[in-house]
Amino acid sequence: MSIENEVDELYRELILDHYRRPRNTQFIPEAQHNAEGLNPFCGDQINLQIMVDSDKVIQSIGQQGNGCSISQASASMLTEVLKGKSLEQAKSTNNCFRRLLEGETIEDSELASLGVLEALAGVRKFPVRIKCALLAWTTMEDALGDSE
Amino acid sequence: MFDPEDIKKDFPILKRQVHGKRLIYLDNAATSQKPIQMIDAITEYYKKYNSNIHRGVHTLSAEATQEYETAREKVARFINAPNVKSIIFVRNTTEAINLIAYSWGLKNLKKGDEIVLTEMEHHSNLIPWQMVAKQTGATLRFIPVIENGTLNLDSLDTIINGQTKLISMASTSNFLGTINPLDLIHKRAKEVGALLMIDGAQSIPHMATNVIDMDCDFLAFSGHKMLAPTGIGILYVKPTVLEKLDPFLMGGEMIKEVWLDHATWNDLPNRFEAGTPDIAGAIGLGAAIDYLEALGMDNVRKHEIAITTYALEKIKEIEELTVLGPKGIQNRGGLISFTLANIHPHDIGTLLDSEGIAIRTGHHCVMPMHRKLNLPASARASFYVYNTYQDIDIFILGLKKVVDYFNNVDRKRG
Repeated sequence: MSIENEVDELYRELILDHYRRPRNTQFIPEAQHNAEGLNPFCGDQINLQIMVDSDKVIQSIGQQGNGCSISQASASMLTEVLKGKSLEQAKSTNNCFRRLLEGETIEDSELASLGVLEALAGVRKFPVRIKCALLAWTTMEDALGDSE
Repeated sequence: MFDPEDIKKDFPILKRQVHGKRLIYLDNAATSQKPIQMIDAITEYYKKYNSNIHRGVHTLSAEATQEYETAREKVARFINAPNVKSIIFVRNTTEAINLIAYSWGLKNLKKGDEIVLTEMEHHSNLIPWQMVAKQTGATLRFIPVIENGTLNLDSLDTIINGQTKLISMASTSNFLGTINPLDLIHKRAKEVGALLMIDGAQSIPHMATNVIDMDCDFLAFSGHKMLAPTGIGILYVKPTVLEKLDPFLMGGEMIKEVWLDHATWNDLPNRFEAGTPDIAGAIGLGAAIDYLEALGMDNVRKHEIAITTYALEKIKEIEELTVLGPKGIQNRGGLISFTLANIHPHDIGTLLDSEGIAIRTGHHCVMPMHRKLNLPASARASFYVYNTYQDIDIFILGLKKVVDYFNNVDRKRG
């Protein structure tokens, strides 16, 4: 694949759309789980709030931040994909997404659970940007802590 | 005759391709590339006279010691130091500043004393002093930076006062490119009897330096930004100050006589060079200085003014781009930090890299100044002796492609 194609894969339309029009940016003060994620190397920053019901299903999820297109699109996509999922499912999506970025082959059945996140697969070719794509997910891990 | 096209030929790395395109290296403020003459000098050392220095009577050790000490003489001459003993080899600028923070700062400062820095300092000239302030009770004060990236000297006489014991500041800012008015700061420092430390990392590689004229007490800089290898840095200390300075690191080489319970210190400057130093690095630095002196430091600065002026002019073709730092060239070094519309610096960096162009993106280790300018990050292009007008043209073309890419991405895919 030429570098031009790789760049196009990195900046797919869906990614830039999430970057320009981030989803779920409302702040949720009553959320049980929240965290701030910071990538000091580049100054990317994400705040995440996750509100769950008594069955540990994500009722609403909010994110606010600033940074590069990849970090912000990933955060926006995270909120879209995780809404309505259980915390258990959220953790397995996190795991699956990380494997996708590490270049592992993901089974079609699992790929479906990633939804729009599959658009970020192009980041694999840009190792220095993987950290950008993972910031929201590391922040989610911090927010959920040891919660079961 | 200073011809960057000719100079380029001495740098093997500049022949390589990145993503199928000729490398355009514009990250010189982070580290410079290395000429073959310097690489050969290091190879020669390892192939022919690798040995430890200041020990042993065998031929190799004598040769290595000779070359290591010759490098010190070259450094002394390069910055016009009053004597060779005032040159201490360290790892880098950061270590040089830490040496002063520990050996001078912790020993000499107390509650009520003040250390003056500027708001534009690299973290390496900020964090060590935060540590010193915390441990001694001394206070940090900062010369503010105004919108155009220069120091606000209006309240200089208040900020630098009778309590001030040390002023430590960059000669050229690695972020804004500002060349600071050291003469005015020096004048005020002498009025109040404060010592002056200069972080010369961004100025020594780029212009002639004369520490006697500067009359600074400490000067720190790195070899790797001036064609030498990473791992070798330089601390110059004014002889009268050096005499009273306690050692920083303890161990071999820095001692004269050792008993089980005490020791006496070696002569200067070895007192400050505990353990086996970066011998190859020092020899490489010597070769790098030879190279720069052959070019002539005045020519180096002239070239940088020419190329930076050209870049500042050409960059105006990109409406969406905002240049940070001083507008004029006289108080600007060979670097340009900028923002580009609402395109994040990392995205600029990735797209330029796909064109073979290397720039720096992020906060450049100057977070407080970015915060003051309300910027999470910025992009920086920095130039050196081998950069040509054609490099700048390709860089500008690359920036235009970045703008087009982000403007047109919807249309292109629609």
